[in-house]
Amino acid sequence: MDLSILYENLGKFEWYHLVMILIGCLLIYLAIKKEMEPTLLLPMGFGTILVNIPGSEALTGPISELYHAGIANELFPLLLFIGIGAMIDFGPLLSNPKLMLFGAAAQFGIFFTLCMAAMFFGDMDAASIAIIGAADGPTSIAVANALNSQYVGAITVAAYSYMALVPIIQPPVIKALTTKKERLIRMPYEQKSVSKLTRILFPILITIVVSAFVPQATALIGFLMFGNLIRECGVLERLSETAQNALANLVTIFLGISVAFNMTGEKFLKVDTLLIMGLGLIAFIVDTAGGVLFAKFLNLFMKKKINPMIGAAGISAFPMSGRIVHKMGLQEDPQNFLLMHSIGVNVSGQIASVIAGGIILKIFGGM
Amino acid sequence: MMKMFELFRAALTAQTAAAEETAKMFFEPGRFLEMLRYMGVGMLIIFVLIGIIILATLAINKVFSKSK
Repeated sequence: MDLSILYENLGKFEWYHLVMILIGCLLIYLAIKKEMEPTLLLPMGFGTILVNIPGSEALTGPISELYHAGIANELFPLLLFIGIGAMIDFGPLLSNPKLMLFGAAAQFGIFFTLCMAAMFFGDMDAASIAIIGAADGPTSIAVANALNSQYVGAITVAAYSYMALVPIIQPPVIKALTTKKERLIRMPYEQKSVSKLTRILFPILITIVVSAFVPQATALIGFLMFGNLIRECGVLERLSETAQNALANLVTIFLGISVAFNMTGEKFLKVDTLLIMGLGLIAFIVDTAGGVLFAKFLNLFMKKKINPMIGAAGISAFPMSGRIVHKMGLQEDPQNFLLMHSIGVNVSGQIASVIAGGIILKIFGGM
Repeated sequence: MMKMFELFRAALTAQTAAAEETAKMFFEPGRFLEMLRYMGVGMLIIFVLIGIIILATLAINKVFSKSK
């Protein structure tokens, strides 16, 4: 018997396979050691290793099947949205609905990045890259897939990496755009009771309003709000628990490992990928700046001043962004508690980012 | 059988060539200005929709605030 069958596959390794395996190991390292979005980066990292073994049966078999069954048709991101919706408490937002304006302002990074990306890429790819600024993994994956972008892998890596890096990206931008005096502005939280009926009607209302104007966002907003309705209705405790834990965890595993379908060396190791990572960073920075500058703009007309740092929480990355703003407030003044405001803005960013995704689909989906 | 295989390979080659064609990067600074209208329209729609949601939320808050 010819023993070459033992090592014949080793000769098929190319440099890009090895680089991608190293990238896979790096993602696993970041997930475990640095705890950067471990639920997604670890499956993605391991999936990257699986698909970059020459002749990998995993690539042509299960990962390809999972990709086409759950990502190419946008099913996994939508199922994950049910879990995310079930995790979100809209209470702070319902107490002060005006906070939603900051969520809208913080989507500026998406459209600025669209203009930037259009200088280098075609319309569909530029729009898909821009949606990294939604700071929301499922929306990024769903939009990039719907627009048939070939950069889904790079876009997903950029979106999740920068979400994990929000504690590093946001503080310098916030500090650069605010004065110490502004960062010291106190915003006492007035506890307002929100009725159960309001909590139940809110997800239904959002779904109807957003879908009526931007039907392309119906699935995204609908699944998010469906999850929230399960949470708030009060009669589906078990389903709410399942959506928040079992469903979200299961889908995250499949999502992470099947996103790796696009992480083969041939597709990933290009100058384009580096450019996409750069554009993604710009999107996050401009999102943050958009929220902060909008708060400063509102302060020009308001008697009761807003701490402009809360504008930065409008970037969807939930709940990291809200917590960062709260921590920064405490660093400036240990008695300044911004958490309820910043979390309110943060969940509004979740809604606004889905609307932005729908708008991008409405504009570019029909082209 | 061989003919079918050849046809399949030709189709695959054409598809790959098409994918490579669309994958081409370029540098056209003028497109930044072209896309500005989408920025304007996109941000306008977001603010209008969020405005509607805020008004509707304030309304349901007011109507149902008693039924705690």
